[in-house]
Amino acid sequence: MTSPHWFRRRRVALATGGSRFGAVAPTEERTGTEAATALGSDEQRQALGALAGRSAAEAGGSAVLVEHLFKRFGDRVAVDDLSFEVAAGEVFGFLGPNGAGKTTTVRMLATLIGPTSGSARVAGIDLAAGDGLEIRKRIAVMTENPGLYLRLTVAENLEFFAGLHELPDQRKRVRDALGAVNLTTRADDLCGSLSKGLRQRVALARALLSEPTILFLDEPTSGLDPLASRDVHELINGLRAHGVTVFLTTHRLDEAERLCDRVAIMNTRLETIGRPDELRDRLFTKTLVIRTAFPLSDPEPIFAVVGVDDWRADGVNRYVLTVSDARVAAPEVTRALVAAGADVLSLSEGQHSLEDVYLELIDHETGAEA
Amino acid sequence: MSRRRVAAVVRREVRDFRRNRFVIGSMAVMPVVFLITPMITLFKIPDSASGPAAKAAVGVISLFLFIVPIVVPPVIAAYSVVGERDQGTLEPVLTAPIQPSELLLGKATAVFFPAVAIAYGMYAVIAISIELAAAPIVRTVVFHPPQVLAQILFTPLLAAWSIWACIGISTRVNDVRVAQQLGTLAGLPLLAFTSLITFQLITPSVTIAVGLALALLALDIAGWRIVSQLFNRERLITGERADRSHPAATS
Repeated sequence: MTSPHWFRRRRVALATGGSRFGAVAPTEERTGTEAATALGSDEQRQALGALAGRSAAEAGGSAVLVEHLFKRFGDRVAVDDLSFEVAAGEVFGFLGPNGAGKTTTVRMLATLIGPTSGSARVAGIDLAAGDGLEIRKRIAVMTENPGLYLRLTVAENLEFFAGLHELPDQRKRVRDALGAVNLTTRADDLCGSLSKGLRQRVALARALLSEPTILFLDEPTSGLDPLASRDVHELINGLRAHGVTVFLTTHRLDEAERLCDRVAIMNTRLETIGRPDELRDRLFTKTLVIRTAFPLSDPEPIFAVVGVDDWRADGVNRYVLTVSDARVAAPEVTRALVAAGADVLSLSEGQHSLEDVYLELIDHETGAEA
Repeated sequence: MSRRRVAAVVRREVRDFRRNRFVIGSMAVMPVVFLITPMITLFKIPDSASGPAAKAAVGVISLFLFIVPIVVPPVIAAYSVVGERDQGTLEPVLTAPIQPSELLLGKATAVFFPAVAIAYGMYAVIAISIELAAAPIVRTVVFHPPQVLAQILFTPLLAAWSIWACIGISTRVNDVRVAQQLGTLAGLPLLAFTSLITFQLITPSVTIAVGLALALLALDIAGWRIVSQLFNRERLITGERADRSHPAATS
C-alpha cells in the first residue's frame, strides 16, 4: 500500500516526538464525570466504583517506565531498545502489526518473561529478580485468549482468581466484578456454554477483581460485536475516571483513537509515541478540501492566496490544498472562491485518522525492509 | 508459601476434574480393574496352602495395591501443566501473584487425596474380603503388622512420588498423553523397590518399613523442590528457554 503522495512527511521529528518518551499527558480532554457517565447502568457504575479502589494516580508518578528494553528469542529480536513512559491514570495505547513485539513487551512488564537487557519499573517496582510477585499483586493482565476454565461456572472462575489474590470478602468482589461487565445474571453459567464475547467479558471481570493499579488489556474487544465492544470502551472510560492506568494493546485503531490519551506504535522498536492528534500533526501536513458544483476553469490564481502552500485537483470538482494554518487559509480561500464566482459546495479541513498515521509508519517500515 | 493460594488451587482443580467425565470414569474403572486379579488370587489360595505359597500370593495382591497409587495420579497430574497450557488457562494463572511452588503444591494436593482414597479403599475391600472369606494362612500373612504398616505408609508416599513425576514431566512436554505415559513409567522403579517387601524378599519389620517410608518422604519433598525449579514461566508461555543473562522478575 502506498501513501498519498501529497502528504509532506515529517518523519524525522516524528520518530521520537522531540522527547524520548513523548509528552506524558494523562487525560485532559474527558472529565471524570463524563467518563463515569459513559458507563451503561447504575449497577455497572457502582460495581466499578467499588472495584477501582486503588488507582495508580494515588501512587503518583509514572505507572510504567521502560528503558532500553530488549528481548531476543534465539536469533530473533522480538523487542529492540524500547523506551517509553506511561503516566499514572493514563489510558495508553500500544499499537503495531502482528509480530511487532507488543505481547512480548506486555509479558515482560507482567513478569511472565524476562528481558534480555534493559530495565523497567512497573507500579513503582523495579523489574528485578524476586519482585515478580509484588508486581503481579499490583497489576492485572487480560490476555487475548480469555483462558477460562470451561467446566467451571463464571463465578467459580472468578472465585479462583480472587483466591489467588487473597482478596477479602471474595463473594462481594466477584459480584462487583460481574456487575461491572453486566454479567451478574450469568454467574452460575458454565463458561463453556458462553459465547466468545461473553467469555471476553468474564476475562475482563477477572482482570478487575484485584483492584489493579495497572490494567494490561490485550485486544479486549477482539471478537466482540459492536454493542459488546461499546460496553468495553465504556468500561475503560470508567476505569480512567477512577484513575486506573490502562495499557491497551489493540489492532483496532479507531478504538485506540477514541480511548487512548497517548499511543505508541511499535514494530519491534518504537516507531512513535504521542497523543493521536499530535501524531497526526507531526506526520501529516494540514489540508483543506474544497468541493465545487462545477470544475474551476482556472484554479491557480484562486488558490494563490495567503496560507496556501500547494494545491492539487482530486477528481473533477474537488481540490486539496496544503496549508500551513487552516484558520488563516480557510477565510482567504473562501473569499477568493466567491470572488471568482465559484459555486462552493463544501470547504472542510482534511482529517487524518490514527489509521493514516499507523499505515504511514508501518508501510514506510515495511517498504524500507523490502 | 500462602496456604490460601494453595487452597484456591486445590478447590479449582477438584471442581474441574469432578466435572470431567473422562477423569471420573478412569478413576472409577481403574480400581475395579485392579481389584479383579487380587480377588481371584485371594480366593484361589486353598486352606491347605503352605507358608511360602501364601506369601507369594499375598505378594501379588500387595503389588496390585501398590500399583494403584502409582497409576491413578497420572490420569489427572499429567494434565496439570501441559493441559492448562493447551487450554490457554496457564497464562492468566501465571499473571496472578502465585509462586510456582504454591501452584504445583495445590495441583499435587488435589490429585493426592483422591488417589490415596482410592488406594486405601481398595485395601479396605481386600482386607474385609480376607477377614470374611480367605484361608487362615492368608490372614496371618496379610495382617502381619509390619506388612500392614508398609501398606499404609507406602501408599501415600508412592502416590506423592507418582504425582511429582507426572507434574514434572507435564511441565516439560507438549502433549498430555506423553505426560501420562512417561508419568506412569516414572513410578515403576519405585514399584520394583517396594516389591522387595511385598514379596518379603526383605523380611518386613517395623524399622525397615518406617525407614523406607522416611526415604520415600525425603524423595517426595525433593520431587516438589525439583519440579518447582523446573517450572519455567518463560518456556511454558513462549516455548523458548528463559534468558538467564538478565535478573528478570519471573519469580
